[in-house]
Amino acid sequence: MTKEASVEADGRNRSTLIRLVVSAFLMFGFGYALVPFYDKLCQVLDINNLNKQDTDVPLNTQVDRSRSVTVEFDANVLKMPWSFKPVSSSVVVHPGEIATVEYEVSNTLPTAMTGQAIPSYTPTQAGQYFQKLECFCFQQQTLAAGETRVMPIAFLVSPSLPKDIGTITLSYTFFEVPGATAAAPGDSRRAGGG
Amino acid sequence: MAAIPGGADHAHDHAHDHPSGIMRWVTTTNHKDIGSMYLWFSFAMFIVGGIMAMVIRAELFEPGLQVVDPDRFNQMTTLHGLIMVFGAIMPAFVGFANWMIPLMIGASDMAFARMNNWSFWLLPPAAILLTTSLLVPGGAAASGWTLYPPLTVQMGMGMDMAIFAVHILGISSIMGSINIVTTILNMRAPGMTLMKMPLFCWTWLITAYLVIAVMPVLAGAVTMILTDRHFGTSFFNAAGGGDPVLYQHIFWFFGHPEVYIIAIPAFGVVSQVIPAFSRKPLFGYASMVYATSSIAILSFIVWAHHMYTVGMPVAGQLYFMFATMLIAIPTGVKVFNWVATMWRGSLSFETPMLFSIGFLFLFTLGGFSGLVLSMTAVDVQLHDSYYVVAHFHYVMVAGALFSAYAGAYYWLPKWTGHMYDEKLGKLHFWLSLVFFNMTFFVQHFLGLAGMPRRIPDYALQFAEFNMISSIGAFGFGLSQLVFLVVVLKCLKGGEKASAKPWDGAEGLEWTVPSPAPHHTFETPPIIK
Repeated sequence: MTKEASVEADGRNRSTLIRLVVSAFLMFGFGYALVPFYDKLCQVLDINNLNKQDTDVPLNTQVDRSRSVTVEFDANVLKMPWSFKPVSSSVVVHPGEIATVEYEVSNTLPTAMTGQAIPSYTPTQAGQYFQKLECFCFQQQTLAAGETRVMPIAFLVSPSLPKDIGTITLSYTFFEVPGATAAAPGDSRRAGGG
Repeated sequence: MAAIPGGADHAHDHAHDHPSGIMRWVTTTNHKDIGSMYLWFSFAMFIVGGIMAMVIRAELFEPGLQVVDPDRFNQMTTLHGLIMVFGAIMPAFVGFANWMIPLMIGASDMAFARMNNWSFWLLPPAAILLTTSLLVPGGAAASGWTLYPPLTVQMGMGMDMAIFAVHILGISSIMGSINIVTTILNMRAPGMTLMKMPLFCWTWLITAYLVIAVMPVLAGAVTMILTDRHFGTSFFNAAGGGDPVLYQHIFWFFGHPEVYIIAIPAFGVVSQVIPAFSRKPLFGYASMVYATSSIAILSFIVWAHHMYTVGMPVAGQLYFMFATMLIAIPTGVKVFNWVATMWRGSLSFETPMLFSIGFLFLFTLGGFSGLVLSMTAVDVQLHDSYYVVAHFHYVMVAGALFSAYAGAYYWLPKWTGHMYDEKLGKLHFWLSLVFFNMTFFVQHFLGLAGMPRRIPDYALQFAEFNMISSIGAFGFGLSQLVFLVVVLKCLKGGEKASAKPWDGAEGLEWTVPSPAPHHTFETPPIIK
């Protein structure tokens, strides 16, 4: 190759080099440009919008709106120095509808004490249609000296509840779990099962 | 390294001083030296990545956890993928490009010889970063080679090492590609028009453009991960308003062209080998050029077929499905042309031809399972299952690797001046063919039956096929050592190779003596 030819070739190579290096840098920028691009695209097409409120909340088709059931709440303690009462004495619900009510319990004793609430239903056959999703009666409750606690029950009355039952009374009775702090597991089960 | 083709004796046939020993290789700007280094490097990384594959298959030999804990297992799958893609296959084809492109177009060297040296010597640091990340607290990146957030935003310092390794490998391949484009565009011998170039040069020209276009996008994506990890940005961090799916879009904008960055040079090698052993010119040269270009262009508009399950709108899924299926057309043109080249040719079945025919069958099979996966309704079932693993190993191993072997056997006489041991070469081919299919064919069925990928344990009903696959994998791994023996034997001696040892071969590289002297075409040849 002659000297001039090689100088000319060098010049051509340099300009190709510059163009390709610039392209590489532009493509690096393109990668970053994809970020606002996708943002805009999703905005325009209204897809992947994570901040949007769901407007069509799925309707609970299990609810039987044609009738209502009154659920009354009752509270007792058996030989315990606790005061125990429902916050509201009754609610009216449609069968299938989830409702939450609260009970208030307080320990009047200067020492901690453990109790277990046991439910009963009136009429008795309504018990099988009464489904509790969350209840303080699922666990033993230990209250510190003088403590007051508000405890929830979430429940629904099954839509298959016989038509002739219009009122259900739910009655809780608190039993002491004897010697719960030191008791053997068998003892507490016996107490809880009572 | 001293055993590399034409090591010591070339210091004499050449006027100016030449560093010797290790400095010869550190400072070399000769395209043949650099090509050899690329090839040795890629083979070394192939062994490293292969050992990781053996660990994976050993763990999957039986149900239950035996060999590595799940975290190590995930590190193995991640590094196996990264090392094989960026450390083995890509540098192997860059090695071919360095060695052969100047010889094929009648240039004296690559356009930017010093940059060429740099682009090679960036590779070893990246390899060290990747492999030593296994030893740091928390271990190496364990997110899969795709480096998806949120995992990658949460992992330990092994992840940072992987990110920097990807940066370095990316810079290296961009520099290599700039060199290749400039060499091909500006340094062809007089009379060598673009449409007279050997197809291998064409495929590399197209590949190099792909690399320059998409490697920077990958560099951007991993940089975003890096800044999300350490500098408080929230590109992908959902807690800061980012979106992990965004990463997948950016990654696959790189990732799908990357598939063709690996496959297209493989097409080029096969397009050199098949005509030589069919003793016929390549059928449909121009259509091959156009088909390759179409594949490259289409590869930019199909990326989201890797992510049908992220919750894309149906219209998007349909678009990406049909666009992906479109790629089957130019690929079909290529397969047709290779078969048509062989049609009524005077075929002979030396090792390079065997590997090319193996490529032709198995790559087509891999392309076909790809077509199955392109269907969005089917993909939802097969996504991230062993069917996908089987598919891309048919394309990457039986496609790219077999083609690299075809090229290596084809040009070994030119590189070393000796003929390789044909018996051993054929043994290498048949062992590879049998064990490859034993390893990966059964994985189609595992995937169809629902076995997920990247999980170290599996349900009992997958046990038999996994054992078959593992035995095949161990066999395949060991068979590759035959190739090392062939190359070492060929370097040490063997039958002297003439300038053109294959009677059907065409091209300028066969007009220079074997082994190719250190400097060739200092006066460019005239092409009529």
